[in-house]
Amino acid sequence: MATLNSQIPTGPLSEKWEKHKFSSKLINPANKRKYKVIVVGAGLAGASASATLAELGYEVHNFVFHDSPRRAHSVAAQGGINAAKNYQNDGDSVHRLFYDTIKGGDYRAREANVHRLAEVSVNIIDQCAAQGVPFAREYGGLLDNRSFGGAQVSRTFYARGQTGQQLLLGAYSALNKMIGAGGIKSYTHSEMLDLVVVDGHAKGIIVRNLQTGEITRHSADAVVLATGGYGNVYNLSTYARGSNVTASWRAYKRGACFGNPCYTQIHPTCIPVSGDYQSKLTLMSESLRNDGRIWVPKRKEDCKKSPADIAEGDRDYYLERMYSAFGNLAPRDVASRAAKYVCDEGRGIGDTGLGVYLDFADSIKRLGEGKVRERYGNLFAMYHEITNEDAYKTPMRIYPAVHYTMGGLWVDYNLMSNIPGLFVLGEANFSDHGANRLGASALMQGLSDGYFVLPSTITTYLANVKAGGRPATDRGEFQQAEEEVRNFTRRVTTNNGKRSPDSFHKQLGKIMWDYCGMARTETGLQKAIQLIGDLREEFRATVNVLGEPNGLNQSLEKAGRVADFIELGELMCRDALMREESCGGHFREEYQYTSNDPEVQQGVVNTGDVKRRDDQFAFVAAWEYAGAPDKAPILNKEPLIYEEVKMSTRSYK
Amino acid sequence: MKVSLKVWRQKNANAAGEFKTYASPELNPNMSFLEMLDVVNEELSNQGEEPIAFGHDCREGICGTCSLVIDGKPHGPHKGVATCQTYMRSFSNGDRIVIEPWRAKAFPIIKDLVCDRKAFDRIQQAGGFISVRTGSAPDANSIPVSKENADLAMDAAQCIGCGACVAACKNASAMLFVSAKVSHLGLMPQGQPERYKRVKAMVDQMDTEGFGACTVTGSCEAVCPKEISLDFIARMNRDYAVALIQGDPKQVVGGGAG
Repeated sequence: MATLNSQIPTGPLSEKWEKHKFSSKLINPANKRKYKVIVVGAGLAGASASATLAELGYEVHNFVFHDSPRRAHSVAAQGGINAAKNYQNDGDSVHRLFYDTIKGGDYRAREANVHRLAEVSVNIIDQCAAQGVPFAREYGGLLDNRSFGGAQVSRTFYARGQTGQQLLLGAYSALNKMIGAGGIKSYTHSEMLDLVVVDGHAKGIIVRNLQTGEITRHSADAVVLATGGYGNVYNLSTYARGSNVTASWRAYKRGACFGNPCYTQIHPTCIPVSGDYQSKLTLMSESLRNDGRIWVPKRKEDCKKSPADIAEGDRDYYLERMYSAFGNLAPRDVASRAAKYVCDEGRGIGDTGLGVYLDFADSIKRLGEGKVRERYGNLFAMYHEITNEDAYKTPMRIYPAVHYTMGGLWVDYNLMSNIPGLFVLGEANFSDHGANRLGASALMQGLSDGYFVLPSTITTYLANVKAGGRPATDRGEFQQAEEEVRNFTRRVTTNNGKRSPDSFHKQLGKIMWDYCGMARTETGLQKAIQLIGDLREEFRATVNVLGEPNGLNQSLEKAGRVADFIELGELMCRDALMREESCGGHFREEYQYTSNDPEVQQGVVNTGDVKRRDDQFAFVAAWEYAGAPDKAPILNKEPLIYEEVKMSTRSYK
Repeated sequence: MKVSLKVWRQKNANAAGEFKTYASPELNPNMSFLEMLDVVNEELSNQGEEPIAFGHDCREGICGTCSLVIDGKPHGPHKGVATCQTYMRSFSNGDRIVIEPWRAKAFPIIKDLVCDRKAFDRIQQAGGFISVRTGSAPDANSIPVSKENADLAMDAAQCIGCGACVAACKNASAMLFVSAKVSHLGLMPQGQPERYKRVKAMVDQMDTEGFGACTVTGSCEAVCPKEISLDFIARMNRDYAVALIQGDPKQVVGGGAG
């Protein structure tokens, strides 16, 4: 069994972070430069962490598989970033952001981490504004805000529909400044393929240069993974095609625990699937729900009609009907599940029947087309490009799609995994969003971890490491890890198999979506585990990688990533099977509110809402690798103890 | 629908390249251009021929990875979109489509349709930033920015760093790319202290990388997936002239403080 100590500081919740910073050890400036830190990834978390660590004086080596550190998928976040600035004077506060996030996560997040996130949120906006991020402004020159799903205040800062891009370019500029100043060595087109653990501590990585195929060893005093989420296990998702779990998965296989792998976010507003060839689903920002109304026809027989021919009285604005207090701004998991219900009833729209309308007609009437264009013009243009439809004239068609993974490598309060010296930031860790993430909180967490948390908490580890004492790369552990990487490459490139890695990815994605998607059952998950086990064996025997390993080989890259996704998929199903409750994005059909429950009779929740079982499942599931892919992993539990907030039934009515 | 593809294949940076022609399988007009290539690649792979290497990632027009010259035009037939946002409905059954990589001395080809754009990163490293240490920033609302300037800065900041501007330019000039960053930061009050130092450093690096000069033909603006305006080049030229007149700042001799 792994040892899990969450390292949550003692004392009142609102004082923990300040107290912890003060009690952490410091490293004097002359010594900092003797420590080398490897950061893998240059999205919001990785770029901001690299820049900040380098400013502090550490020797930083940053690795990305992209051709440039500016391309990580943080770049695609559209809507915005939350911060408890209360510039709108509408009742926001650090405590309210904290509370909304805990509640939004369905009481499955760690309280102390979330409070720290809310505290730090205000510093992030200051930092980004000072870097020149062109946030939206009011005419007086001050910052503008908008509201976002799951919140009743306007605390979201934004830069048109490209907030992620602008924040990432801000972090990239900070990274560039330090690369230029010599504080960071940047490795592009460089994919981490293994973690090297020496005497129980993370001390290096094995990297493949994607341009030349060269495999190299890198040692360091600490390793930071900021490698994003794993939603591409479903093949079809809003993730970039290259997003993968490989860095996290190889760390898992070296002993790092994987926390809550089954917590997946299915985003309610994406463009529906149009055919088998599809490679990617495109998100339509949640901000659209501020001015768009979601509906389906009341009657099945109206579904194939043109929306213009369906009279107002024949439309069911189901979110407004079911969740009157939050309406179209209900949290993502709630809105997605509601869309699934109405489509399961046969009231879905479009060719496939898997779609609902997002209608702007009322807003255009109220605000004028110009105002709507100003707010969402780029999103409407994107929608038009993909569907050939004009959303100013006819409602958008949307359907839920995989968008984010709340699970990830287990970390303590210092963001360190159970392998000492291995830190995990941003979407790659599990810590802040519980079982469901609120809109505009991913950017906040990535930057909080990278700019403010890790640079402070990493000293708690490094101060106990001898400066300049990192191992040489000719040690056995490095040799062995490199050999394993070479073996995999040799095996898949000389396999003479029949099937492309892509074809396995598609097959895996379908299994995951069918059995471990928006609704899960015991029998379905058991079936999926078996199917994935078979798929793993078939992959081993028949995967086909053409071309040579020395040089750019995109099939080889995919083969490694798909192999890891297959193993991860199985772990997700095991986690979902073990968690015999519903919470946030994890919905087990066996555990939902019915009309017999008092909460439904009292009007707190609707029938079909998720039913938690706090008495048995108020814990983080931290899975530990058992040494072989076909051996059942070991479950470790970190109990979730709420000091401040009372766990209660989540109501958005 | 079906199309035939004339595709640039090149084993690596040092090998000679050549066009090869492939017939597509049956396609759906709602496929994206890159999904069409996925389908063609799956078929090539099943036939034992190595798939065509091409750069792609987000497939929603924001990461700047995709970089195809389609029938002679960077990012294909439509204005204001990237290759990944181009759909097969823009082509007709039976079309022959020519696909090439970006071609510029400063962007050497890595393989097939993938080129090396590290030169862009080095230009940014030379000065494309505002020097602000983490933790030292004042309250965000203490730096008001007029809405007009913020909007104009955002127009420039939208650049996705794809390099289509370079690929379209007969001189392979990077002026639109560099001017977008220079203008974005130069339009904000936060960017003023380093404004002239920045433009000088970035333009010098651009020249070092081997990009050509600008002759204001406007081909860059015409193909830019974010429709970045040529006006920013004028803005950069103005700043660069001022920087040259100002000359390098005097070196200050440091001293101990007691």
